[in-house]
Parts: sequence; structure tokens; C-alpha cells
Amino acid sequence: MPSSPAAPAAPAVELIGIDKRFGAVHANRAVSVAIARGSIHGIVGENGAGKSTLMSILYGYYQADAGEIRVGGRPCRIHSSHDAIAAGIGMVHQHFMLVDDFSVLENVMLGIEGAPLLREATAKARAALADLSRSYGLDIDADAVIHDLPVGLQQRVEILKALYRGAEILILDEPTAVLTPQEVDQLFLMLRRFRELGKTVILITHKLREIMAVTDRVTVMRGGAVVDTVDTAATSREQLAEMMVGRKVLLQVEKPPATVGAVVLDVARLSVIDGSGVARVKDVSFNVRAGEIVGVAGVSGNGQSELLEALAGMRSFTGNVLVNGKAVTADHHYSLARMLRRRRVSHVPEDRQREGLVGPFAANESAILGYQDDPACNGLILMDRRKIVARCQTEMRSFDVRPCNPVLRTAAFSGGNQQKIVLAREIERDPALLLVGQPTRGVDIGAIEFIHRRLLEMRAAGKAILLVSVELDEILALADRILVMFDGRIVGELPRAEATEAKLGLLMAGIEGHA
Amino acid sequence: MAAAPASEIPRWVDYLLVPLVNLGVALLLTGVVVVAVGANPIEALKSLVFGAVGYPEAIGFTLYYATNFVFTGLAVAVAFHAGLFNIGCEGQANIGGLGVGLVCLALGQWPLVIVFPIAVAAAALFGAAWAFVPGYLQARRGSHIVITTIMFNFIASALMTYLVVHVLIEPGQQAPRSSDFAPGLWLPMAKDLTRALGIDIGDPPLNLFSLLAVLACVLVWLFIWHTRWGYELRTVGHSERAARYAGISRTRAIILAMLISGALSGLVAVNDIMGVHHYLPVGWTVGVGFVGIAVALMGRNHPVGIAMAALLFGALNQGGSEIAFDIPQITKEMVVVIQGLVILFCGALENMFKPQIAALFRRRAVAEAT
Repeated sequence: MPSSPAAPAAPAVELIGIDKRFGAVHANRAVSVAIARGSIHGIVGENGAGKSTLMSILYGYYQADAGEIRVGGRPCRIHSSHDAIAAGIGMVHQHFMLVDDFSVLENVMLGIEGAPLLREATAKARAALADLSRSYGLDIDADAVIHDLPVGLQQRVEILKALYRGAEILILDEPTAVLTPQEVDQLFLMLRRFRELGKTVILITHKLREIMAVTDRVTVMRGGAVVDTVDTAATSREQLAEMMVGRKVLLQVEKPPATVGAVVLDVARLSVIDGSGVARVKDVSFNVRAGEIVGVAGVSGNGQSELLEALAGMRSFTGNVLVNGKAVTADHHYSLARMLRRRRVSHVPEDRQREGLVGPFAANESAILGYQDDPACNGLILMDRRKIVARCQTEMRSFDVRPCNPVLRTAAFSGGNQQKIVLAREIERDPALLLVGQPTRGVDIGAIEFIHRRLLEMRAAGKAILLVSVELDEILALADRILVMFDGRIVGELPRAEATEAKLGLLMAGIEGHA
Repeated sequence: MAAAPASEIPRWVDYLLVPLVNLGVALLLTGVVVVAVGANPIEALKSLVFGAVGYPEAIGFTLYYATNFVFTGLAVAVAFHAGLFNIGCEGQANIGGLGVGLVCLALGQWPLVIVFPIAVAAAALFGAAWAFVPGYLQARRGSHIVITTIMFNFIASALMTYLVVHVLIEPGQQAPRSSDFAPGLWLPMAKDLTRALGIDIGDPPLNLFSLLAVLACVLVWLFIWHTRWGYELRTVGHSERAARYAGISRTRAIILAMLISGALSGLVAVNDIMGVHHYLPVGWTVGVGFVGIAVALMGRNHPVGIAMAALLFGALNQGGSEIAFDIPQITKEMVVVIQGLVILFCGALENMFKPQIAALFRRRAVAEAT
């Protein structure tokens, strides 16, 4: 780092009056943040609060319309990620930018091989990587191939990549989304070690618990502007949430005890083999009863998604699935997914944008997806578009979808409102069984509260609910029983009362055997 | 948040202004080419416009061409809504001609009121059958529809040549064509109607069938946006995963879309063969299927847009031949250049000016808001 006279006092990064518009959207409004050297600085805000835009400006993906970036006290022009790297800024993206078939070493040196012959370059990089691993305590096998590594280690490779490029300031974008609780702990240890060594960490997250656990200071953004920057020690989750949303928020909705009825979903020895012949779900058996929420926990990619899709008729499977005691089968006219809907099985899919909705459709068209042949909205030949729009309007009103406009394009709604459209469609059909995948992924805090409350209302109304979520908080907040999946198997089942984060974390990591 | 998000531009800009700007640029560039060959571009433009809509006969020709383009344009659009690029309208129209020809040759003694619906059904059925094979192969075997439909154009052309030359040829004749249909089966012409009213419009090929083009636009619009089958087809076209989620059979949607697309293509044959030729010729389609692609692109796959684009291309077709007649430096091939430029700017480069125009409107919207 260049040491200017002002260096000792100067913050590592200073963003002054950053302003950015995308057309009519004012993504950043005169944002000023100073990030002290050798600190861990959190940036929180709901979706669309402008935190990603701000970091993209700092990392050179966008240029600010107005404002100044100072690195180490000196004004710094960052026009591309190359400039950012040259200024000592490194970024670890939420979705890793790694070549799956390459080794750790190859990934780390990719793009900056530094010598014409690979042999020479590799030797140099190997030595440098070993140095880095040693000084930061980042153990890793340089010759391991990426796709053999667990997600936590893949993230470590991303961090090493940034360090190898000389990063003094590390930006981490939602780094914990794919990690088990134990991996999160390890990551935080790593970040604290960086801080000790004088590096600066900027942590973007929506998980307030993590902000409280690891940061020194935290900046809250809302509507493109900074609400406040506060010392972490002097604030609380509730206070941060209130700043983010602009009103008081219940982080934990109240959950009355369950009144459990008959078995609605009975799954016996279900297995799923995917298109490339890999077993994704292995011999899984469980049931869900009326009036209870059964949560399926697990690190993303351990078969939960495939299990949910199989139950919803989107994937072929072997084994027996009974809904209200009867098997459901496809026939010549109706696919399995349709038959299940006719048997009052509703499904909120994990990927609402690509599965649960059709982006270019008007909202009212998306609001009948899966129910397009429902006699209620069809004449003999033509659809009753007026009725469909009216119904959508009613649903939007009761689920507080904003804007409440059934003819607006689906893709124009925010994530939370899109999810409400899906939920409204599935819940308003009065299902006996509700299959829910990642109901609050990418949804802002205010909407999370709303969605959780709706799911608990369904439970109180005696519906059976199967909830798949990678957010442990969500599982703990909603589920009455928790199934943990690892490598396609259910490796444990715990009643909510016995479930602790530590216990679940061990199961999720596949460390503890069958419970 | 406002009712309409800022990223959306007014619909009239998207559907009217942008195509008009594109058309203007295409004409401007055409002007440059016209100057380059030593002709006066203003004269050329005058000749083009006058030749297309300047007098009753010209209008008749323009509408006749537009009728064909409406059908192929709709055919491309229906397939497109299911995410399929049907380049085989040419071949499907060709085979539709076989249907019309067979019906008219076999039922020569029957009255037109009975033969007409049968011929329309046969044209649609034959066209649909020809489109079914690529559709089936795409849906079940994953053979790419672009490739198979192109190949089916050649197969159709070869098959029709064989049939006309070896099987359906008029006995004792050299020309590769069938015998004439019974005069009772010739479609009523617009000129006969106007003559009965005492107006002489010359001799354009415009006939009764053009009314069906209007009907087809309405029916396709209803089908795509107002029936559950159209809904399913669009769902498959936009997102296969959403279709799987909704339990919609992709296979069925693809095959249905191709059947309808082929049927619409096949209907072109009624206009040309029953309306104009009155016998079954060889190679009568002359690119009508390919113009349909440009028409669908320019018309944004919406029947209203397609009708307007078909009129434009009909006018270019007719006005183009008029220029070649009026101005010696501009040959028939030059006319193809003009059409090519229009297709290039309105079809392939459709979005070239859109970002700028959109930015302009957004800036205005922001200025108004603040």
C-alpha cells in the first residue's frame, strides 16, 4: 500500500457522496461510508437497498454518477475490477467464480499466471500459495480439484484468490448463504484473523445474527441511502431490523403449540435418480400430519430440492407416496403434477422466478400457473380473463402485494411480492398439503414476517406443511419436527424442542450418524 | 413504487415508434444504394409508394401479397410463442398446395360452397402433417426444429416436383403443372365484385380468401391469449421449468404449436392455387414462408403487428416490382436488396435503436417526475 502522510489516521476505504442512477431508479443516494483499517465492517439492508450497487461501484463493475472513492486516504479512480485489484480490493462473490474442473492452484493463478510457460508459473504460484496458507492459517490442498471440495473450502479458495492478488480489503457478498453453521464459525475465525493481521473486511449480509457476531461497525442502508453507521456493540438485532425496514419488525413470529391430526403425506422408501444417473435422494421415509410443519434442513445440494420436486410431481422417483392414504398416479390426460393439484397438494417451488412464475406473463396469468385448466376460470373454449384478473386482484389484496396491479408484468414485481403472488395462488386453493421450498429466499425482512405468519395460519387451520429451507433460522422458527438431509439421506429427525443449532449443524455436516 | 416501474417504456413507443424508426433507417440506407446506382432516390421512393398504393390495381396486388404474409407470419408467431423457430413455412405451404390441388382435381363437379371448406381443411391438414414430423422429432427426440424444418423445405420441394411432374401432370402436356381446375372452383375475385358495382380496378389477384386472413388474425389472437391451450403453449415457450412445475406436457405443447403453425402455412395455398393459378404448379411458394419470418419478427408475434407488417411487406413486394419497371437502373434484384434492408433493420437489428429511444423516454419521465 502506498503510505501517504495521512495514512495512519485514514480509513482503509472511504466512499464519499456516491450517487448512482439506473434510469429512474436511484440506486445510491449520496452514500458516504468510512471503513476503518483493520476492522470488520458490515453492510446490511433489504433487497434493493443499494448495498450490492455500492459494492459493485467499489469493485469497478459500475461507475458512480457522482462522488469519490478514497483508498487509504487517497482519491482513487476505479473503472474496472482490474483497477480495484490494483488498489488492493478483493471480492468474494456469493456465487463462486471457480472453474470446477481445475485444481485449487490452477484456479488461484488463473488469469495472472505471470510466466509464459505454465510449469514455471505453477511453481511460483505454488510457493506463494503455500506462504499465504501458512500466514493466514488457511489450510488447503493445492492440488485438490474444485468439484471434490465441500462448499466451505471452495469459498476458502475464493478468499485465497483475492489474497493472492494482493487484497488488503476483502469484500464478502452474502458469504454464509451456502455454509453449515460450523463452516460459518470457521469463516468467522478466518475473518477475525484477517483483522488481527491488519486487513479490512467488508461483509454484506442480510443475516443480522452474523452481523452481531463478527462485525465491529455496521452500516444500515435503505432505499439507496445510508440510514446510519453504528458500533455493533452499541446496537441490537431488533434495532438494526427496525432501521432496515423503517418500522418495528417481529423477528420471531409467535408459534402456538401444534394440534396434530391424521397423516396426510406418507412417504416410504423414496429414491430419486437424476438425468445423469446420480442418486440424489436415497431411500427416504417419513410422514407429515395435518396441523404440523415438518422442516427439512440441510446444506443446499443434499437432495432436499430433488425430494421436494419428486413429491410435487416434477421428477420421477421410486417408492411409495400416499396423500391422505391414497397413491397418486398420472394418467393419459393428467401429468402427476396436475393430479397432485387435483388432490389438493399445493407447491411453492424453490425457484419462484423460473418455476413458480413466468416472468413475461402478466401477474394475473402467473397467478393461475398450474391451475390454468381449472373450470372456475375457463369457459368451454375461452378462458374467463375477467374472472382471472378479478381473482388475482383479490389475492393480491389479501396478501398485500405491491403494487396491487394484476396486469403488470410478473418480472416487474420485487422478489418478496413475487413470492407473495406464488403463496397467494397456492394457499388460496385451500390445499390439504402444502409443499414449500425456500419460502423466504431473497425476500426482505418485512415480507419474511408476513410469509411466516401465513404459514403458521395454514398450520393452525389444520393443513399439513412440508417446509424445505436452507435457512436454519427459518426451520427453527416454523417447524414442529425437523428432518436433516445429508447426501440424499435423512440422517436425523428431531422434535423442535430437542433441536439446537449445534445438533442440527453436526447432522447437516454428516458428522453424526443416524439419530 | 409507482404503478409502472421505470424500466418500462410506453407501449406505443415499443410497438410503433421503434419499428417506424427502423423502417426509416432502412429506407434511408436504401436511398444511399439507389444514389450509388445512379438513380434519384426521391423518384424511387415516389415510384415505390405509388406502385404499392397509388391506384386500385396496385392496392389489390398489395393486399393479395399481404394475405399470404399474414398466414405465414401467424404461422411463425404461433410456433415462436412455444419457443420454436419454424423456418419450414415454405415447405408446409407447398404441401398445403398438394391438399388443395387434390381436392380441386377430385371434386371438380362439386359446387364451390362445398369444395371451398374441404379445400381449406385439406390445405390446413396437409400443412399441419408436414409440420408434425419436425415437431414430433423436436419434442420426442430433441432434433433441432430449425434444422429439420429447413430440411423439410427441400424435401417438400422435391416431393412436389416429383408428384406434379410424374403423377399429377396434365396428360399430353410438357409443362410441369396439373390440369386446370373446373372454373366453378375458382375463388371469387375482388375485381369481379367491384365490376358488379361498376368500378374497374384492373386485374389484381386479390380474392375472397383475404377475408379469411382477417379471421385468422382474430382466431390466433384468441387462441394464444384467451385459451388454456394457448396459455400452456406460451408457458412452455417462456420457461420449460415453469411448465414442468405446472404439469404442462412440453411434448404436447410443441406438437400442438407445430400443427397449428403448419396448418396456417398450408392455408397460403388456398389463396394462391384456388385464387390465382387455378391449377397446381411447381415452385409457386417463392419465399412466402421466409418473408413470414420477417413479418412475425417485425409484428412482435402479435396478430395486429403481423397484419401491419404483412401490409408493409406486401406493399414493398408490389411497389418494388413497380420501381423496377419505372426506373431502368433499378433492377428486380435491387428490389430484393431493399427488402433485405427492411428485414435487416426491422427484424435482425430490431433492438439497435431501442436502448437509445428507451433512454430518451426514461429521461423525460424522470424530468417530469422531479
